Amino acid sequence: MIFLNDPINFIAGWMRGLLTGWGLPEGLTTVIIYVIGITVLIVFAMVLDILLVWVERKVVARFQDRIGPNRIGPFGLIQPFADIIKLIIKEDLTPAGADKLLYNLGPVLAIASVIILWAILPLSEKIFGVDLNVAVLYLVAAGALGTLSIIVGGWASNNKYALLGAFRMVANMIAYEIPMVVVLLIPTILADTMSVQGITQAQSGMWFAILSPLGLIIFLISAIAELGRSPFDLNEAESEIVAGFHIEYSGMKFGLFYAGELLHAFTFGGFMAVLFFGGYGGFFGLEKIGFFSWLDNPFVQALVFLAKAMFGYWVIMWIKYSMPRIRIDHMLAFNWKFLTPLALVVLVNTAVLSKVLAGLPAWGYVLGMFLSNIVIGFITVEILRAYGRKQHKVESKLSPQNTQNQEQAV
Amino acid sequence: MQNEWLYIGIFLVFGLIVPIVPLVFSRLVAPRKPNPIKQSTYECGVETVGDTWVQFKAQYYVFALVFLIFDVETVFLFPWALSLKQMPLFVVLEGVLFIGILVAGLVYAWRKGMLEWA
Amino acid sequence: MTVDQIIFILCAALILGSALMVVTTGKLIHAALWLVAALFGVAILYAILQAGFLAVVQVVVYIGAIAILFIFAVMLTRREMLDKGAQTRSNWWLPALLGLLILTGLVFLIIGQPAFGRTAAEMPLGVDTLRNLGMALVSQNAFVLPFEVASILLLAALVGAVFVASGNNE
Repeated sequence: MIFLNDPINFIAGWMRGLLTGWGLPEGLTTVIIYVIGITVLIVFAMVLDILLVWVERKVVARFQDRIGPNRIGPFGLIQPFADIIKLIIKEDLTPAGADKLLYNLGPVLAIASVIILWAILPLSEKIFGVDLNVAVLYLVAAGALGTLSIIVGGWASNNKYALLGAFRMVANMIAYEIPMVVVLLIPTILADTMSVQGITQAQSGMWFAILSPLGLIIFLISAIAELGRSPFDLNEAESEIVAGFHIEYSGMKFGLFYAGELLHAFTFGGFMAVLFFGGYGGFFGLEKIGFFSWLDNPFVQALVFLAKAMFGYWVIMWIKYSMPRIRIDHMLAFNWKFLTPLALVVLVNTAVLSKVLAGLPAWGYVLGMFLSNIVIGFITVEILRAYGRKQHKVESKLSPQNTQNQEQAV
Repeated sequence: MQNEWLYIGIFLVFGLIVPIVPLVFSRLVAPRKPNPIKQSTYECGVETVGDTWVQFKAQYYVFALVFLIFDVETVFLFPWALSLKQMPLFVVLEGVLFIGILVAGLVYAWRKGMLEWA
Repeated sequence: MTVDQIIFILCAALILGSALMVVTTGKLIHAALWLVAALFGVAILYAILQAGFLAVVQVVVYIGAIAILFIFAVMLTRREMLDKGAQTRSNWWLPALLGLLILTGLVFLIIGQPAFGRTAAEMPLGVDTLRNLGMALVSQNAFVLPFEVASILLLAALVGAVFVASGNNE
């Protein structure tokens, strides 16, 4: 068990020997090792968060055909630190009539609900927090805590716009949790386990993104809605209700909400990578060939995972900066009338096919699953098109502009 | 298994401490000069009109109810999903029946107009 | 005092303290949030009992859905939401005495049980409780009928909610 192959256990074993050598009891040793591990993981997450602020601003600048921060430090890399210093020394205004305890609790809960997700994120086969056997539901539970933080923040601000933003945001988040939980069942069925390590290892042959592309798309859409990012960002609709539920938050509290949102987006990118793109592995059996055996190294796996998570985060940013905002009633109708039934259909399809196709060789299984998704997607698009045609006919008959244009054309 | 949850418990405690640190730091470092104008409620730069009380649309509550039912349903589906590999095909059909009954409920709510508006 | 017992006592103190705050605090929204704390304490208890799935389900369903529903319901009422008026009635000592008698009776009953004071047996290693739960829910000689009836129960709840929320228009 040398360091390069198994870093966490190596260090833990060494520390345990050291501490028990000093005469500490077994339980306390375990707790101390846990505390050190947790500190390292959280520090890594927070440093990554700071880096993400820079990434976000550079990427949005490029999407909008400009350069982004480039004055402070090379390529503007010191910009997030300047932001943090600015936010810390800003005056911390508590609005009159705000509920003091809840007002301070909001941002704390928002960040806490994201950080606890890093306990189960599998950075590599040997580098992770815990291998929880209910990891998939743990993701949903952390989302529930995040929902609570938004309600607390919106309520405590004593501001009707904040409250309105918080209501919309919570209605949005709880609505999109249903397709997300239903789609989370798909990797569970395909990998026959709820633990993220098990799901990653089950994808060493074939990524679940290929077995169930519709599942990936629905997960992406629900994840973006859960995060509250565009196009589902009714809570911070800048031109409508001016920053929604965090209007009254200034200084570091606002910074915590903002940083929490970015880290949450990255974590969801990470989960997308784990659940659908093979996580830290998924090299289609390549690492078994002698030449590529270095792909089994934990550090390489961690880099692969972070690269895939960054790709997922980039896709989420791409969607944010390319699409207009959706109205609240359209958003909820889209969820309850389209996404939930579609997710349930895809789930039933995956469950049935995973039994029916179980006997076939590997390529038959993959092809069957993939084709069934294509068929469902095709049928859905046809239904939508027929519905759209009917709507268009109805609306064009009713529209006064139609008759007006015809007169002008003549 | 106990150790896993102990880890998560410590993680949660640390996760609550981490945001408190910059807040405390900010309280030590930042100026604090409250005056009534700064502390007044924000309403796009004008004086607040009327009570800070929004008539809460009852439709939000209906959506929360529908969400609750479906949340419990999906939670039931997780143990079912884990049993699929070892059991014969008709177990899948049991699950499909379960989902079907609840989809009937969704269609009922849809037709009754409970899913209209936000 | 083992570590388990210490954690259990802290957890029990959290649950009981939060429950006390739920019924005594003046502002309704604070009561709802103390309820969330109590539910979270129950989730911790499940985790201590090595029922990880139930702990997570407790957070997802109770805190993520039911507590949110409570908070929405609280916000449907007046914005004031302060409990005006006295906390106690004039003859509050009678129900308090009754409650205390029932509590002592229950405590004596529980202490008299032969299983009291013994620690639970360790779960044998290699038992996958989650998969066993799944198999139990779908096996014909186990719980498949309650599983399907649960879906009908949920359907009834949904229909009832739709009916109540439609304001009895028809």
